[in-house]
Amino acid sequence: MSDASVWVWGVSLLLALVLAPLQLGVIAKVKSFFGGRRGPSVLQWYHDLWKLLRKESVCSSTSAGLVRLAPPVGVASCLCALSLLPLGFMDSPLGFTGDIIVFLYLLGIGRLALVLGALDTGSSFEGMGASRELHFSALAEMAIVAVVVFLVMLTHDYSLGGVLNTAGTEAWRGSGTSLILIVIALLLVTLAENCRVPFDDPETHLELTMVHEAMVLDHAGPDLALIHYGAALKLWVFAAFLTTAAVPGRLFACPWTGLAVHVALVFVVSVAVGVIESAMARYRFLKVPYLLLTASAMAAMAIFLLEFGG
Amino acid sequence: MSQQPFLLLGNPGAASLERLPLLPFEEFRELLLHAVRDRGMRVSAFFAWEARGGRRLVAALSDDTAGRVCLTSAPAPERYACLTREAAAFHWFERELHEETGIVPEGHPWLKPIRFCSGRDGEEPAVTDYFRLHGHAAHEVAVGPVHAGVIEPGHFRFQCLGEDVHTLEISLGYQHRGVERMLVGGPSKRTPFVMETIAGDSSAAYAGAYCGLLEALDEDAGVSPRDAQIRLLAWELERIANHIGDLGALAGDVAFLQTAAFCGRIRGDFLNLTAAICGNRFGRGLVTPGGVGWKVDEMLADRLLRALDTNAADLSHALELMFEAPSVLDRLENTGTVTDGQARDIGLVGVAARACGLRRDVRVTHPYGPYGALSLSPATVRTGDVFARATVRRLELTASLELARGALRQLAGDELSKAAGRAPRVCRPSTIAVSLAEAWRGEVCQVAITDGQGRFERLKVVDPSFHNWFGLALALRNGQISDFPICNKSFNLSYCGHDL
Repeated sequence: MSDASVWVWGVSLLLALVLAPLQLGVIAKVKSFFGGRRGPSVLQWYHDLWKLLRKESVCSSTSAGLVRLAPPVGVASCLCALSLLPLGFMDSPLGFTGDIIVFLYLLGIGRLALVLGALDTGSSFEGMGASRELHFSALAEMAIVAVVVFLVMLTHDYSLGGVLNTAGTEAWRGSGTSLILIVIALLLVTLAENCRVPFDDPETHLELTMVHEAMVLDHAGPDLALIHYGAALKLWVFAAFLTTAAVPGRLFACPWTGLAVHVALVFVVSVAVGVIESAMARYRFLKVPYLLLTASAMAAMAIFLLEFGG
Repeated sequence: MSQQPFLLLGNPGAASLERLPLLPFEEFRELLLHAVRDRGMRVSAFFAWEARGGRRLVAALSDDTAGRVCLTSAPAPERYACLTREAAAFHWFERELHEETGIVPEGHPWLKPIRFCSGRDGEEPAVTDYFRLHGHAAHEVAVGPVHAGVIEPGHFRFQCLGEDVHTLEISLGYQHRGVERMLVGGPSKRTPFVMETIAGDSSAAYAGAYCGLLEALDEDAGVSPRDAQIRLLAWELERIANHIGDLGALAGDVAFLQTAAFCGRIRGDFLNLTAAICGNRFGRGLVTPGGVGWKVDEMLADRLLRALDTNAADLSHALELMFEAPSVLDRLENTGTVTDGQARDIGLVGVAARACGLRRDVRVTHPYGPYGALSLSPATVRTGDVFARATVRRLELTASLELARGALRQLAGDELSKAAGRAPRVCRPSTIAVSLAEAWRGEVCQVAITDGQGRFERLKVVDPSFHNWFGLALALRNGQISDFPICNKSFNLSYCGHDL
């Protein structure tokens, strides 16, 4: 591993940490555009986080303390997952063979902490939110595992860096169709895991329809800031995963070009999320599992094409 | 003495109290059950009145086919076998009656206060027994009275099995202001203002119903044709603005942002048309006894007509987006269904009733004022779900825009004579009067009884929400708890109108 690549990776990580909230700003801006409104500034989330950080945390009196654990564990797990990803199309210096499994379960730990925290508050809304989150994420997990299986079969590699970076190059040579299926499946998983329309509505104030938002109703101040920041990081993780798998990044001669393209692509995902949210309504809960099963089916189809499609 | 069982009145109508039948209670009970169950009449009002000869129960039933209001009364017993078990439309009325007077309708399935206004110890909104499910799989979700949005207070209790709602119980009363008590002794200077604030979003309709009462109570009163058109404009603009707001809110609740954003803006544009006439966006002081508080001259009418056309074009665009998006339709269709049988049994009115295929629109069945000269037909859809309620609103928007245009064209021309109407001056003493109006939610019913001096001895007000809240509870049965917000928005009932 050359020095330049470590530098590129490091700078990418730093950019991810700094720019993650900007994605939410971009999504909001795109949605405002389609709604015919001016909308909040793209920097609004920075102001909001700063505001929350200066506030006091209030904790439910029925809580046993788990609720305070959720925000730091959530952010930490996202940070760990992010540090395993090949950012800027450069392998992570922290990567190892088999880290792809660790990656998946790091995301799981963040969710576990959030769900336990939600149940800990004893509120019926948070209980409902937790139940919904687990229901949907179990189905989303099936899809993302199928995606990983496809990538591993395609690249015969077991580390995140190898899998994602090679996939882009390899697949477009021989199995473009299956890669398109995989990208769609990944996009669906990205929307589901990040609680976006059509799976969840991040802007709703209606407790009865919330998923993720319901689980964080009892968080306030710096705790809430950490939850929001963790959510932004998670969106970055999924956007990076999706774009690195889809784009043959190794083809860039200059590693710094790769970095620029990487960051630009993450924001392309934000714009896409904004467009999707503007163009469609949220699904009713009964239909959400179908959509997630569709993602799994697409990944399965991609595997099938890869094996037998020639 | 053999007498007619019903006093038949037009809308609005008034008659001397002597003509109000006073039946033996058993006969009264059988008559009401027969009229509601077998003859398809609607319960518009059912209340107790402290008459000089002793407390009486008064019922006002609407006969939609004949376009009449049928009034009858009976001496009020201390206890009687409830009507609710045989005609569910009395459910809410009997609970109200029990709460206000202590009369016991025996055998009533759920005899709880509806407003908690008695002041008796321990009777406070929401501090009461609820229907409960027991068992490991059941859980209870309580929402309100303080909500996450800026809306009125109401308490909702869901008994759920997972995401499925078994029952929803709605507990109201937080907005009780004692409106009916305030109205006793009127009409006074205060009365029109109280009327306009019973449900602030229906100011013009309430003012219209009240004006109907006064104009019926003074035989000499009359409204000039020009004023009648201005009234029609006020009522239809109110309907338009509220229907747009509702459709936008519905879009917002399913996260369909474009229509939500556009409708929010266009609703304001229509409210501003009302403001251009009378200086405020809710039509306060616009409809006054004997005419209108503000004139619309030819120039203003012309300006409004042009603004109306611009807004209507924007509106049709925003609604097309919503009604053509498959993802939106999927959310609205087959959600929160009320069958036409249920709707008829519990006596739904207005948009919610028309969404179940019932032809219930006071403008059509009991035409009043300017509506008498028009040939309208109610906008009905059969499916009874959220989609139906949205579609009824959309159809009514088109119709109301046309009505408003018609009124404005007449006002912009000079065919209408500018002769002033005659404002009602006195109320006939010892008279009962009834007035119905179709507010944007549904039927507003006002029944006035005057004393020997021509002052209101009793003024019964029934808001459309009073009939419809139970419909919302039914819509949620066996539905998804996550669909509650869109069901609620599709009814969009008034808390303060119900609580009075």
